[in-house]
Amino acid sequence: MMIVDAASWILLAGGAGMCVIGGIGLLRFPDVYTRAHAAGINDTLGSWAILLGLMLQAGLGLVTVKLAMIGLFMAFVSPVTGHALLKAAYAHGVGVRTDEGEDEHVD
Amino acid sequence: MFTAALIGILITMALALLRGALGPTVFDRILAVNVVGTQTVLLIAVAGFWSGRPEWLDLALVYALVNFVGTIAVLKYARFGNLAHDHTRERP
Repeated sequence: MMIVDAASWILLAGGAGMCVIGGIGLLRFPDVYTRAHAAGINDTLGSWAILLGLMLQAGLGLVTVKLAMIGLFMAFVSPVTGHALLKAAYAHGVGVRTDEGEDEHVD
Repeated sequence: MFTAALIGILITMALALLRGALGPTVFDRILAVNVVGTQTVLLIAVAGFWSGRPEWLDLALVYALVNFVGTIAVLKYARFGNLAHDHTRERP
């Protein structure tokens, strides 16, 4: 149980750290496309590491099944939401910002 | 250890809220709200274990569903200005 506890703690701390990294990227990246890339860290590695750590704490049972369902749902929903968001931003004419300034996208 | 995870999640929510307040375009704000929703799911899940009541996971599951539907609805509203718009009929 000691090893399972240690693995769970590592996963929880690592997941929370990944979430904070994603939040920092969300705050500091220059345009909406790169910010969505930073938010992807939250949706994938951050949330799955935290959910896996909680699964190790819970052991086999209904709680683990619920956690797995949350993780599975995030795995399906996060790409759909990101795709819809960025497609809407692109269709709306949001440009890409580079070091040289903001470029309007070209079709 | 749950407390450390909770603090990390709360810091992430604060950063996302800051981006939502700053965000120049509406899509930045929607992205920030989406991240806050994802972090809320994790917050409820971890807080359930933190307080010794893992039954709160049902709330987390429902919140994940509501977050997805809400984000898509707000996106549709931001794009078409109308929730009842039939986007299969005509291209905007």
